[in-house]
Amino acid sequence: MKKEYDVVVAGAGPAGSIAAKYAAEKGVSVLILEKDRDIGCPVRCAEAVGKKSLEEFITPDKKWISSEINKFALIAPDTSEVIINFAIGGYVINRKIFDYELARQASEVGAKILTRAYVNGLLTEGGQVTGVKYQYRGEQFEVKSKIVIAADGVESRVGRWAGLKTYTDFRDMECCTQLTVSNIKVNADTCRFYFGRDIAPYGYLWVFPKGNSMANIGLGINGMVGKKRPALSYLNEFMEKHYPEASVLTSIAGGVPCPVTLDKISAPGIMLVGDAARQVNPLSGGGIVSGMRGGSIAGRIAGESILSKKPEHILSYDRQWHESTGKKHEIYNRIKETIYKLTDEKYNTLARSFLKVSEEKRTLGSLIKTALIHQPSLLLDAAKILIY
Amino acid sequence: MLLIEILPDKCDFCGCCVGVCPEDAIELKEATIKIAEELCTNCSKCVWCCPIEALKFNKNVPGKETYEKRI
Repeated sequence: MKKEYDVVVAGAGPAGSIAAKYAAEKGVSVLILEKDRDIGCPVRCAEAVGKKSLEEFITPDKKWISSEINKFALIAPDTSEVIINFAIGGYVINRKIFDYELARQASEVGAKILTRAYVNGLLTEGGQVTGVKYQYRGEQFEVKSKIVIAADGVESRVGRWAGLKTYTDFRDMECCTQLTVSNIKVNADTCRFYFGRDIAPYGYLWVFPKGNSMANIGLGINGMVGKKRPALSYLNEFMEKHYPEASVLTSIAGGVPCPVTLDKISAPGIMLVGDAARQVNPLSGGGIVSGMRGGSIAGRIAGESILSKKPEHILSYDRQWHESTGKKHEIYNRIKETIYKLTDEKYNTLARSFLKVSEEKRTLGSLIKTALIHQPSLLLDAAKILIY
Repeated sequence: MLLIEILPDKCDFCGCCVGVCPEDAIELKEATIKIAEELCTNCSKCVWCCPIEALKFNKNVPGKETYEKRI
């Protein structure tokens, strides 16, 4: 192994692999260090993703698509169920295969990948990050680089070592747990979302179909709620009530940082991508595509910076991210704060009035219209989304 | 004195606790996790955020009284 690369990426999730791919495509040398032994494993994700935005980064492939989604079902606390047609469509993917494929594509354009390589420190010279320290099979190593891309997920420690304040306030952390279950009756084309104080306060519960009578069933609650009652007990209660017959094939936990993007996602010699930069959509908690978008911007800028020999160019990443996605996330975050304050009664009223709209006319747009009538404070934010 | 305990048989090594630790006191490798006693302030944010109750705050540990008097 070489002792020096142009770019070192910490973490081989979607954001890290895409960053590596975009940088390597520019012709610079790239090394990815992944702490786990197996890329894509364990999956800590509900695996739903919009078709259109995903296809900006990868051609759809049956081998990682578990099911195609064209409907949402929103279930209010009183069990009123609203089905919405999702015209653009989405997928529930298989992250184990998906992440593996993204890493393979990064390697195909020249990125070198090492697993079981745990980044545990940074090399610095005069305030500039100049590489990483890592452990590999019990031994300590160092590798120098012109740019470090931190894609170390929710833990986001690499950024802290560079002086960026990356830890998430516990009130902004969605604490999640999920089961992948089999032998249940579920529509393979519908993603189901449950809301309510008794189901998933300050969050939601999801049932995302995986085909073959399987689904990801999980929920997220914020740290304020978790302080009183853990996510797992909410999920157990739901499973006993709705799917007592289910067999559990995978059970996982995970944290989703759900505030807006960090103020600073680059510093001399280092860029943050994905969950490590909090590039998650704060409303949906979805982070696959937004992390890939962050990774693509960071990877491209890293490549440009090295080729043009302008190290300061990487600092333009903050602005480019903000303009492409970050400012939308600020609006989504405000909508989230409004929605999470709704009482169960308000959810029920919303659902019942939306059920009066005929099914073929039920789209996300008409849902927003109905929501606005009942919660006018959403109007300003909704208008801003339409403008962007 | 460290009052927070990670229960390895319950832990899923997901990193949620690491993400909310203001002191960067938790180190998580693939399936090993430990709290650095010298950094931990026992603030308990990690305990509140654990989705699966794999962390706990020990109210009664031997020597805790003298520790509290000291601080």
